Amino acid sequence: MSAALTPISRKPVSFYVPVVAAAGAFAGLFIGTAQGSGLLGIVIGAVLLGVLAYAATKLVPSEKAARWGIALVFIVAGFALGALPGAIVGGAFGWFFGWFTYWLYEGRYRARLVPYLTPGQVLWHYTFRVICGAILVFLITPILVVMPLSFNAENFFTFTPEMLRLDPAGYSLKHYRDFFTNNDWQQALKNSVMIAPVATLLSVSFGTLAAIGLSAEHVPFRRAIMAILISPMIVPLIISAAGMYFFYSRIGLQGTYFGVVLAHAALGIPFVIITVTATLVGFDRSLTRAAANMGADPVTTFFRVQMPLIMPGVISGGLFAFITSFDEVVVVLFVGSAGQKTLPWQMFTGLREQISPTILAVATILVGISIALLTTVELLRRRSERLRGMSPS
Amino acid sequence: MSDSAANSGPVLAADGTPLKRSLARALRMQKMRALALISPLLIFVLVTFIAPIADMLFRSVENDIVAETLPETVVVLQDWDAASGAAPGEALYDAFYIDLVLAEEQKLHTRLGTRLNYEKTGLSSLFRKTGRRASRFDTDIYTDQLIALDPSWKDPASWAAMMQSDANRTALPLTARTWDRWAAYLTGEGDDPAKKKLEDFLYTAAYLDMAAGHAKGASDARIAAAAAAAPGFETVSLKDQFAKADKAWVDPSVWETIQIFSPKYTNGYFLNAIDLQKSPDGIEPRPENQQIYLMLFKRTLFMSLVITASCILLGYPVAWILANLPSRTANLLMILVLLPFWTSLLVRTSAWKVMLQQQGVINDVLVWLGLVADDARLVMINNQFGTIVAMTHILLPFMILPLYSVMQTIPPSYLRAAKSLGATNWTAFWRVYFPQSVPGIGAGSVLVFILAIGYYITPEIVGGTTGTFISNRIAYHISSSLNWGLGAALGSILLGVVLLLYWVYDKIVGIDNVKLG
Repeated sequence: MSAALTPISRKPVSFYVPVVAAAGAFAGLFIGTAQGSGLLGIVIGAVLLGVLAYAATKLVPSEKAARWGIALVFIVAGFALGALPGAIVGGAFGWFFGWFTYWLYEGRYRARLVPYLTPGQVLWHYTFRVICGAILVFLITPILVVMPLSFNAENFFTFTPEMLRLDPAGYSLKHYRDFFTNNDWQQALKNSVMIAPVATLLSVSFGTLAAIGLSAEHVPFRRAIMAILISPMIVPLIISAAGMYFFYSRIGLQGTYFGVVLAHAALGIPFVIITVTATLVGFDRSLTRAAANMGADPVTTFFRVQMPLIMPGVISGGLFAFITSFDEVVVVLFVGSAGQKTLPWQMFTGLREQISPTILAVATILVGISIALLTTVELLRRRSERLRGMSPS
Repeated sequence: MSDSAANSGPVLAADGTPLKRSLARALRMQKMRALALISPLLIFVLVTFIAPIADMLFRSVENDIVAETLPETVVVLQDWDAASGAAPGEALYDAFYIDLVLAEEQKLHTRLGTRLNYEKTGLSSLFRKTGRRASRFDTDIYTDQLIALDPSWKDPASWAAMMQSDANRTALPLTARTWDRWAAYLTGEGDDPAKKKLEDFLYTAAYLDMAAGHAKGASDARIAAAAAAAPGFETVSLKDQFAKADKAWVDPSVWETIQIFSPKYTNGYFLNAIDLQKSPDGIEPRPENQQIYLMLFKRTLFMSLVITASCILLGYPVAWILANLPSRTANLLMILVLLPFWTSLLVRTSAWKVMLQQQGVINDVLVWLGLVADDARLVMINNQFGTIVAMTHILLPFMILPLYSVMQTIPPSYLRAAKSLGATNWTAFWRVYFPQSVPGIGAGSVLVFILAIGYYITPEIVGGTTGTFISNRIAYHISSSLNWGLGAALGSILLGVVLLLYWVYDKIVGIDNVKLG
């Protein structure tokens, strides 16, 4: 659709000035209620934006100068109302309204759309995008809120006035310091680091072998076996946890390091199976036959031919298994004892008892780790597709 | 056609075996190799995962604690007719005395009391209280009388020797059984039964055997002498002793409860899990104020449905725009979907706690904007709303990803074709695009629903009391109330629902087609 270009033309004053004024009224409503009178805010917002839009497009010859001018007006107004943070918010507002005015005035909103759309359809097109944008913001905001809060200088779970004033005194690294010096957290980190890799190793080694077996052409009871191997992912964690608690205490594994590792390995297996079988679908079987033909025994064929090709799938399966174990709290809560307290467990107790925003510092660190893992998986996916001769998207 | 004779025989492989057999062997080898590769993992999963699930299912019906702790009582109790409305006879109290004292020695009576307390409140304290007193009942008169008859009765070693002989064991069956339990317990504790001081209940058992006439004509002289003297012994009524310890012991309803729960397997936990209970008159609803599980199941289903519906509502537009944007932009936006997907569940839950609480970010913004008065901040956490918002956010990627992969396969030209044939935007979407995206909705919905129905962490943290799920109750029974049987029964029901959905999911999508990221 973006390929189709529509010639654009300037729009009449009767179109864009009222639209910009309406947007101004909407923004004015919020600022107005915040300052005491909503109605006054609407009127001032509409008049101000309408006049600004008209003046900018009709009186200032250069678009660049006009947009800078609008931004400057808002920065000054924002500073007057709310010092530095006000100026920043004002600047953002001003930049947006400058862009918005010219976007409408020059008719740019039509440029990327097919020419035959009716005005109603154009409106719907952009409304739809705003809705989608709002949903994406919904997805990402909680994570974005956690990060600044973790630098809070106070022991609150909320933004202090100092933080909102962008006062450096409102920010500190004390929660990070707490995380790195507090014994409980360090012990929890150590436990997590001791449990997750071992569990991952177990599930990856068993899982890869089984995935290779499952991708053979003739496997008896394939569906049933697959259903059993995937079941740890489907069965609710609380049920797995309850069952493991009962069974492991029968055989003396409850409350031991080994028990937690086994439980986490079982939970990670479906992810390895799924990713590795997916990689094996694109694996060219004639390669192993060619290797055998040239005299390689099955073990050599596996390590020299098959393994390098399915490696991306194995690694991303391993990452999934790792994050499953690293993130897991329900099962470890039941199967583990105080000696196996992991990072998520410590966070869980912290959240229930509202101890300190150290949790938020840990959360920020974990988000950093997940971004790193996400990037790795994405790069591996591309590499895998390239190796298999598909063009990565 | 001249070599048709050569073709009529079976086709042979290079080594001379018939090709058919050779191929079959190769196929068998292939199958064996595949199974050999799979079997380590299969065994691993069976042991670490399937066995625990089976154990949980077993625990939900297992009920051997009554029969194991009170073996003698259970046998006598079988013959008691609960409908008669009268307390059981002396024989039952005799058997119960022996069981209770033995259980008290091993500290098992409180466990039994706790178990029976799930069915009838008050039994826990009854067992605890009476357990302490039972060992001081007036049964020492039997001890004294037997010892007066022959001081060798006092010697534990002589008892151990006496119980070796089969003839003696038939002469004193109850004593033999009681001695065995006593000896097994002492051996388990590292004591020697031949040296430990003999307790009153052993003498009582011996007296009961003799009074019942089992010991008539015993070959052992000591037993024969005692059996001859026994009818003349001074006796004590154990029924009176129990009645003196607590009036509840002559209340038939207590014995009815014990009778109902004496079999080794019970459906009692399952009945409790759906707000029913077993009573002497059959199955009946639990008292009004104890009915919570059906309500919790309903709430869990209802909230999971709401969460699934909100995920469809929010996920559909995003998946659509991801599938229809140029792939470079789409990949960029995909990061926004995948980042929360990859972020720790606890991080996201804590983020929602920060956002939704009364001094939280959303309330602060609303107050600052003047939409909400400072003293009337919205209550958005520790209720159903909080759970639904947080879980919708957490599960949204599980809806977007399958929807997106289905929508990617729908050619955009279909929509254009529909429009060029005169369809309005809405008709083109509803009649052409939407039906093709239904498989994605199905896959995503089942996935989200399965995940939602068993959630524990998020409802526990943001759910308060009105926003919790059945899983929170299961966790409570396993770690706090220690009513494992009920927890297991609730878990089994939940598992049944999930497996049913899993089966549906398999039919719609196929478990082989699950994709990640």
